[in-house]
Amino acid sequence: MPDDPTNGTAPTAGAGAPAPAVPDAQATDEVTMYLWRGDPGGGEFQEYVLPAQEGEVVLDVVHRVQATLAPDLACRWNCKAGKCGSCSVEINGHPRLMCMTRMDSLPPGEPVTVAPMRTFPILRDLVTDVSYNYEVAKRIPPFAPREKTDDERQAGGYRMAQIDVERSQEFRKCIECYLCQDVCHVIRDHEENKTAYAGPRFFARSAELEMHPLDTTDRRELLQRELGLNKCNITKCCTEVCPEHIKITDNAIIPLKERVVDAAYDPIAWLGRKIRRRTKRSASEAAALAPAAGPAAVQPDAPVRGIPMPERIPVPVGTMTGTPDPDADADADADADADADADGGAGAGAGGGDRDGAATPDA
Amino acid sequence: MTEYETHEFDVVIIGAGGAGLRAAVEARAQGLRTALVCKSLLGKAHTVMAEGGVAASLGNVYPEDNWEVHFRDTMRGGKMLNNWRMAQLHAQEAPDRVRELEDWGALFDRTKDGLILQRDFGGHRYARLAHIGDRTGLELIRTLQQKAVADGIEVFMEVKAVRLVHDTTGAVAGLVGYHRPSGEFVVFRAKAVVLATGGVGKSWKYTSNSWESTGDGLAMALWAGADVIDMECVQFHPTGMVWPLSVRGLLVTEGVRGDGGVLRNSEGVRFMFNYIPPMFAAETADTEEEADRWYEDHSAGRRTAELLPRDEVARAINSEVKAGRGSPHGGVFLDIATRRSAEYIRRRLPSMYHQFKELAGVDITVDPMEVGPTCHYVMGGVRVDADTAATTVPGLFAAGEVAGGMHGANRLGGNSLSDLLVFGRRAGIGAAEYAAGRVGPITLDEGELEVAVCGATAPLGREDGESPYDIHHDLQETMQNLVGIIRTGSELEEAMAELDVLEERAGRVAVSGTRVYNPGWNLATDLPSMLTVSRCATLGAIHRKESRGGHTRDDFPAADPELGKVNFVQRIPGDADHTGGPGSCPSTRTISIAPEPLLVMPDELQALFEEDH
Repeated sequence: MPDDPTNGTAPTAGAGAPAPAVPDAQATDEVTMYLWRGDPGGGEFQEYVLPAQEGEVVLDVVHRVQATLAPDLACRWNCKAGKCGSCSVEINGHPRLMCMTRMDSLPPGEPVTVAPMRTFPILRDLVTDVSYNYEVAKRIPPFAPREKTDDERQAGGYRMAQIDVERSQEFRKCIECYLCQDVCHVIRDHEENKTAYAGPRFFARSAELEMHPLDTTDRRELLQRELGLNKCNITKCCTEVCPEHIKITDNAIIPLKERVVDAAYDPIAWLGRKIRRRTKRSASEAAALAPAAGPAAVQPDAPVRGIPMPERIPVPVGTMTGTPDPDADADADADADADADADGGAGAGAGGGDRDGAATPDA
Repeated sequence: MTEYETHEFDVVIIGAGGAGLRAAVEARAQGLRTALVCKSLLGKAHTVMAEGGVAASLGNVYPEDNWEVHFRDTMRGGKMLNNWRMAQLHAQEAPDRVRELEDWGALFDRTKDGLILQRDFGGHRYARLAHIGDRTGLELIRTLQQKAVADGIEVFMEVKAVRLVHDTTGAVAGLVGYHRPSGEFVVFRAKAVVLATGGVGKSWKYTSNSWESTGDGLAMALWAGADVIDMECVQFHPTGMVWPLSVRGLLVTEGVRGDGGVLRNSEGVRFMFNYIPPMFAAETADTEEEADRWYEDHSAGRRTAELLPRDEVARAINSEVKAGRGSPHGGVFLDIATRRSAEYIRRRLPSMYHQFKELAGVDITVDPMEVGPTCHYVMGGVRVDADTAATTVPGLFAAGEVAGGMHGANRLGGNSLSDLLVFGRRAGIGAAEYAAGRVGPITLDEGELEVAVCGATAPLGREDGESPYDIHHDLQETMQNLVGIIRTGSELEEAMAELDVLEERAGRVAVSGTRVYNPGWNLATDLPSMLTVSRCATLGAIHRKESRGGHTRDDFPAADPELGKVNFVQRIPGDADHTGGPGSCPSTRTISIAPEPLLVMPDELQALFEEDH
C-alpha cells in the first residue's frame, strides 16, 4: 500500500507568500484513511496512508488521496468553507461535513473512516444520489406574501421587526447538507417511508414559512397528512448533526406539531384564526391561486429510492480491486453503533440490501 | 453520427448561481421554455459564499443616498475603466432587485423602522449593503432557488458544459456537455444561451473561489468567437485567511471592517492611514479619532481608511508584509475583538466567528484574525451590451462574473450580488426577446459537436500521460507566482513561456477509471478552460503597461491616462485553428489582443465627477 511519503503532496510555499515563521507540515506522522470505494453494485473500504500535515480537515486529506493515490476517487465538494453543504459523509460513523472536520479533532493515531451517507442511494464512492430531497422541496407550497400596505408601498418595502424575522432567519441558515435527512431514523433504514415523509430539512423549511411574518399559506394539514410530520418522534438526532446548529427539533418540529394539533382540535385556536386579521390559505387554495406550473421542475422524473450504506467499516484492505457480493457483509458491526453519538443511530450500522438502480443521472 | 441525449428549449442558462437563477426566473416569466444547466447540485454555486451584502441605494439608513452616488462610487472604485452604461443601469435598478427578493421570501436584517438594514463597505460613501448577518449570498441563492422551483424551471444538475455549438448561420444554438454522475454526453438545442458561469479563481493557488470557478463560460465564449475584455483586472480580496495552510485564501468578509474591525501590523499600528491615495484623500479620515467618530455618525468625520476600495487595501497589506511588519503566518492582523463586544461580534458576524473557531482555533471575540490577500474575482469577462447582456456572437448572452465591463479595473464589495440580480434579469429578458424572434428549426453543427466530444474523452484513452492534478497544481503555482497581485514585465513573459509548456502537457493528460463520477476526468476537461483564462489574464497584464485597480505593475507603478481610455479586447480570429489545443479546443496561442476605446460617457453623467474635484 502506498505508504511511501514521497507519494504525498509536499506543500510548497508560493513565492507570493512570505515564508511562514512556523513549520506548516509535520511529515513525520502518518494518517490512515479508510475510504469507501464502490458503486451501486457494491464496494468496500480501501486503505490509504499519507503523511500527516498540520491544520488539515478531512477534505484536505481526501483531496491529497485524489491527487496522489486514487485520481478517480469520487467525492462531492464545493466551497470548502462550511457554506455550501456539499461534502456530507459519515466520518467514523458520524454524519459530518468533510470540510469542517479537523483531522486533529479525531482520535490521534487511529484510522479515519469515511463512508457515503447511508440514507441515500450510492452513485459512486463517497457520492450519493440526493434527488429525494429535491423532490420533497417541490412538494412544499412556496412562499406567498401578503399585500403591501399603503405605508409600505410609500416606504418602498415591507416593514418587519428584527425580532419577528429572526425566528425564520434561524431556519434560513440551512445549507442543505442533508445530514439531518441522513440521520433521521424514519427514513434511514426505511426506504418505504420516503414517499410520505418530508424529513427534518423540510420541516424546518415549513416552519420557516409558517413563522415568516409575510406568508399567507397554511401548510399544516399538508404536513400532517402528506408530509409525515406525525412520524417524527423527536429524538433530536437531526439537531445533533446540524453543522449550522439550527435547533430543528425544538424550534421547528415541536412548534409545528403544536400548531398542527391546534389546527385540528383546539376550538379556541380555530375561533382565534377566524377573528385574526391575517388568515392563511390552505395549501390547496394556494396551489389553485398560484400561476400555472411550467415545465417539469427540478429533476422531473428522478425516482425516489435507494438506501443502505455499505457494509461496514474497516476491514482494512490492501487491494484496490474487487467488488464482493454486496450482501456478503450484512453483519452489523457493533463497534459502529457504539461509536454513534447520543444522536442515536448515526453509526454506520449494518446495511445489506439493495443498492440497485441508484445510479440515476442527476439530470 | 452518434446519438446523444438531446433536449430542446427556448432559453438554456449555463450556471445556477445568482445570475443564472435570476436569468432563468426572468426568461420563464416571459413565458419561454427555460432550462438551467449547472456543474454542481442546485443551491451550491459560488454565490453561497458571498458574505457581506448586496449594494443598493435604498436609502434606508442614509436617506441622502441615491443611484447617482452609487454610480459615482462604482466608477471611481473601478478607476473609470467601467462600461458606464452598465454601472448606470446597475445603480438605478439595484434597489428594485433587492426589494423584489423580499417579495420572494428573503428576510434581510431590519432597521428600527422595520425596513431593510444596510451596512458600510469599502468604497461606498453611505451604508448601502442590504444583508443577513454575514451570509447574504446564501439568502440570495436560496430565495432564487426556491422561486425557480416554484416557477417550474427545469434544472439539469451536475452537468459539465464542454463547448457551445453553433448553427449553420454562425449563431450559438446550444451546447454539449456531460452528466457528471454517469459520464454520458448530453446536447441542448436552444434559441438562446445565457452564460452565467462565474469566475476564474481556480487558476490561482490561494483563492476564495470554489472548485467550480474554472472559467468555463469565459473560455467557451472565446472559443465560440466572442470578445472578452479587461482580463488583466483580477481582484485580490485583501482579507483571506492565511492560516492554517489548508484554508489559506478562504474569505474573511469586508463586513468585519464595515462593522468596526481594523487592520494592524506586527507593531500594532493601524497602517491603512499611511496608504491613502490622492484620489480618495478628500473623503478619507487621516486620524484614527476621526475614523472612529465616522463609525458612529457619518456626518461627524470622514470615512475610515480601512474601508478604502479593495485594491488599495490589498496592496497596502502586501507592502506591510514585504516590509517585515506582517503577522507570524505572513499576513496582517484584523482586529475586531478590542473594538466591539463579544455579543455584537457573534450577532453581526456569526459565520466568521464559527469559521475561525472551527478551522483555525481562534476566537475572534478575544483574539485578532490573521489575514492576507486572496484571489477573489475577475472584473474582466465576456464583452456584453449593457442593456441586453448580448455578447458579440448572436444567440449568446452573458451575466454576472463571467461578463466584463461593469466593474472596470476594480469591483467594490457588495456590487457583485447586485450585478447578478440586475444583469441576470436583463440577460433573461435579452435572451427571451432574441429567442422569440428566432424562427425555424435549430440545426446544430454536427462537426463541432463531434470534435467537442472527442476532445473531452481523449484523456480516458491514453495509456500513459500526465496527471491532471499535477498540471493543475503547476498552473496554480505559475499564476500565483508570476501573475499575482503585483506583476512585472519579465515575470509575465516567463508566465507566457510556462503556459506554453502547460498547454503542451495538457495535450498529453491521461486519466484512469471510467466516466462515471470521475473527478480526475472532470478536472482534465476543466484544464482547457483554466489554461485559456490564464492566458487571457497574462496577455492582458503584459499589454496594460500601467497600474490601475486590481492590476498592479511593479515596472509601471503609476496610472497612464492614455491607457485609462481603452479596454484590451481579446478574441480568437475566425481563421485560427479551432482544434489545435488540449481537449480539441483552440490553442491559447491563437488568442489576439488589441486596445479599443472605452464607450463615451454622456455629459450629464460626466458632470457627477466634475462636481467633486
